[in-house]
Amino acid sequence: MNLKSWGLYPKIKSKVFPLINKTQLSKLLSSNKEFIPYGNGKSYGDSALNENIIHTKKYNFFLNFNEGTGLLHVQSGVTLDEVIEVFLPRGWFIKITPGTKLITVGGAISADIHGKNHHIDGCFSQSVEEFTLMLGNGEIKTIKKNDELFYATCGGMGLTGVILDAKIYLKKVNSKYINQTTIKTKNLKHTFEVFEKYQDLPYSVAWIDCLSRDIGKAIVMVGDFRDDNNLDYKKDKNLNIPFMFPTFVLNKFSVKLFNYLYYKKAPKRIEEKKVSIDSFFYPLDKINNWNRIYGKNGFTQYQFILPKESSFQGLQEILSKIASSGKGSFLAVLKLYGKENKNYLSFPIAGYSLALDFKIEKGVFELLDTLDEIVLKHGGRMYLAKDARMSKETLHKSYPKIKEFLNIRKKYNLTDKFNSLQSKRLDI
Amino acid sequence: MILIIGAKSDIAKKCAHEYAKNGYNLTLASRDILELQDFASDIKIRHNINVILKEFDITKFETHQEFFESLEKKPFGTIVVSGYMNEQSICESNFKESLKTINTNFTGAVSILNIVAKHLETKKEGFIAAVSSVAGDRGRASNYIYGSSKAGLSAYLSGLRNRLYKSNIQVLTVKPGFVNTKMTAHLDLPKKLTASPKKVASDIYKAVEKNKNILYTKWIWKYIMFIIKSIPESIFKRLNL
Ligand SMILES: Cc1cc2nc3c(=O)[nH]c(=O)nc-3n(C[C@H](O)[C@H](O)[C@H](O)COP(=O)(O)OP(=O)(O)OC[C@H]3O[C@@H](n4cnc5c(N)ncnc54)[C@H](O)[C@@H]3O)c2cc1C
Ligand SMILES: NC(=O)c1ccc[n+]([C@@H]2O[C@H](COP(=O)([O-])OP(=O)(O)OC[C@H]3O[C@@H](n4cnc5c(N)ncnc54)[C@H](OP(=O)(O)O)[C@@H]3O)[C@@H](O)[C@H]2O)c1
Repeated sequence: MNLKSWGLYPKIKSKVFPLINKTQLSKLLSSNKEFIPYGNGKSYGDSALNENIIHTKKYNFFLNFNEGTGLLHVQSGVTLDEVIEVFLPRGWFIKITPGTKLITVGGAISADIHGKNHHIDGCFSQSVEEFTLMLGNGEIKTIKKNDELFYATCGGMGLTGVILDAKIYLKKVNSKYINQTTIKTKNLKHTFEVFEKYQDLPYSVAWIDCLSRDIGKAIVMVGDFRDDNNLDYKKDKNLNIPFMFPTFVLNKFSVKLFNYLYYKKAPKRIEEKKVSIDSFFYPLDKINNWNRIYGKNGFTQYQFILPKESSFQGLQEILSKIASSGKGSFLAVLKLYGKENKNYLSFPIAGYSLALDFKIEKGVFELLDTLDEIVLKHGGRMYLAKDARMSKETLHKSYPKIKEFLNIRKKYNLTDKFNSLQSKRLDI
Repeated sequence: MILIIGAKSDIAKKCAHEYAKNGYNLTLASRDILELQDFASDIKIRHNINVILKEFDITKFETHQEFFESLEKKPFGTIVVSGYMNEQSICESNFKESLKTINTNFTGAVSILNIVAKHLETKKEGFIAAVSSVAGDRGRASNYIYGSSKAGLSAYLSGLRNRLYKSNIQVLTVKPGFVNTKMTAHLDLPKKLTASPKKVASDIYKAVEKNKNILYTKWIWKYIMFIIKSIPESIFKRLNL
C-alpha cells in the first residue's frame, strides 16, 4: 500500500498493519520486523513512514469522560475532529490544537504538537495526564508526567513504542465562536510589537507576505472564545481538490489570497470580528487534499524556531535569503512561543517560529541547507513533524537533550523495533 | 430503550450507533459482554446516552424469561441480530451442527420473541425487528440447513406481525442479501450485491421509522428473490444454486 505523509514526499511502498487490539499488536511486534506507528498521516515529512506501518486510526474508542474535571480517556486513534464534534456541543474544547483537527491523539502526543496558544498554554503534553505505551517486547506501561518515558515519548515521533490510550484534559468553553482581531502590520518590527502587545490573549498567529519589500509585513490574528452560550456546533462543509495542480497556478493563487486578505478582508488596520472555530483554528481543513496544489512531486514544510534574543536578526536574514532565492511559498506562518518544556525532543523554545512550504524541485534542498546554517547560528532548530530532509548533524547540534532520548531508546530496547525513514536518516 | 440481541456482530454494532445517534438508550445482549465493554463506553460517550450490557445466549432457552424480567427498563424496540451459519456440507453430515443452526436462528428467536411479544401486547406500542435472510426465501442445495432455519424465522415473524397488528406493534423482517461481516469474511462476495453493515443498519432504522413489514437490503435482492421464487420447482430442482 502507498500510505503518504502530508507533503507527499518522500514516497515509499509499505506493508500496513491495522492496530486492532493489544493481543494482536503484541503478537505483531514479536515478529523480527521493525515498525513505525502511523496516525492520520498529517505530519509533512517522513516521521510516520517506513516499510512496516502500524495504522492506529481505527483504534478509536472513547473510553471515559469525567464531566467534573474534563478528563477524557480515549484510544490513540481518536482524532481531534471527533473529540470536537462530540464535546463542543457539551461545552468542551481541545486545550492544545494544531492548525488541523484531522490528527490523532497518538500523533498529537508523539509530535508534542502546539497551537496558537503556545505562548500561554504550552504543548499538547501539558494537557496529557497519562497514557499507556506498548514497548517492543509487548509490555504495556502506564506513563505519567515526570516519567522518563513521558519526556521521551512526548515529541518522540513514534520511536518509543505504540501509544495505546491516553487521558487528556479538555477545556471548558462557552461558545462555538471566537472573537478575532486582525491587525495589519508594516514590517517585522511592527509585527513583533503587535505579538507582544496582545500576548495576554490566548490565541495568536501571523501570516507573512514573503515577497514583500517590507520584510515581515503581515496580517496578525489574535483572539479568544466568546462567552455567548452558543454551542450548537456543526462541522463546516469542505471543498475538494480533486486532482494534482500544475504548480504555476499556485503562486498566482496565493498572491491573490494574500491580497484578498490584506486589502479586502481586513480593510482597516485593526478589525474585530466573530468567526467560527473552524475558520479560526482550521482554515486549511476547509479544502480537502490541498497538499495536491504542489503537484505530484510533493513539497516540504520548513519550520524553524529561534530564541527570542536572536529572532529579529535571524528572521531578517532568512526572509531575505528566501525572497532572493525566488523559491518558497508566498505565505509563511509566524508565531510567538512561550517557555520550553522538559520533553527531550519537543520543538518549541521561547521565541519566534516561521513555517513555509517549498515545492520539491531542483535547488530546494541546497537552499534549505543554507537556511539550516543560519538557524543553527542563531541557536534555533527545525520541527521534526515537518521535516523530511535535515541532516543528522543539524539535528544533533540543535536538540541538546538528544542524548537522553537515545539513552531511553537503548534502555528499553526500542532502537531495533521502532524506526521511521526519519529516525534512520537522523540516526536517532 | 432498544434491546439488541447478538450485539457483538458487525450489523448489531452499526444498529447500536444508528439508534444511539438518534437519542435512544440501549441494552446490548451478547454471550461475551466483556468484549463489548469498550464498545459500550464509546457509544455512550459519543452519543450521550445510556448503555447497559447483558449476558445472553439465545440457545439457552430456559434463561430467557429471567433475562427479560431482569431488564430494569423494558425495551420499546427489540432487534434480534444473532445468527449462526456453518458450511452446508458440515451441517448435512453432523446433526449437532444442524441443530445449532436451527436453535440459534429459529428456536432461540422464537423463545425470546414470545416473551417480548407478550410484554409489548400490554404496552400497545413498540416494535420487533429480526434479521432473517434471503436464504430463507427458498431452500437451495448449497445452503438449505441455514436457509430453512431462516425460513422458519421469516414465517414466525409473519405470523407474529399478524397477531401484533391489533396491538399496534410493528414487526419487521430484515432480509439481507450479502453483507460484509465476519460471518462472510472468508467468502468472495460480489461487490454490487453486497451491503456494508452500516448500510444494513441505516436501512433497518429507516424501515422501522416508516413502519415497514419486510426489508430487503440491498433493495435489488427483492427482485432477485422474486425471480428465484417464481422458478417452477420442476426446473428449480435441476439448477445449481
Ligand atoms: C494543515 C496542517 C497544519 C498543521 N499545523 C500544526 C500546528 O499548528 N502545530 C503543530 O504542532 N503541528 C501542526 N501540524 C502537524 C501535525 O499536527 C503533526 O504532524 C501531527 O503529529 C500529525 O498527527 P497524525 O495523527 O496525522 O500522525 P502521523 O502524521 O501519522 O504521525 C506523526 C508521528 O506520530 C507518531 N504516532 C502516531 N500515532 C502514534 C501512536 N499511537 N503511538 C506512537 N506514535 C504515534 C508517528 O510515528 C509519527 O512519528 C499541521 C499539519 C497540517 C497538515
Ligand atoms: N453476513 C451476511 O452476508 C448475512 C446475510 C444474511 C443474513 N445475515 C444475518 O445477519 C445476522 C448478523 O450476522 P453477521 O453477518 O453480522 O455475522 P456475525 O458477526 O457472525 O454475527 C452473528 C452474531 O450472532 C451471535 N451469536 C451466535 N450464536 C449466539 C448465541 N447462541 N447466543 C447469542 N448470540 C449468538 C454471534 O456472537 P459472537 O460474536 O459472540 O460469536 C454474533 O455476534 C445473522 O443473523 C446472519 O444470519 C448475514
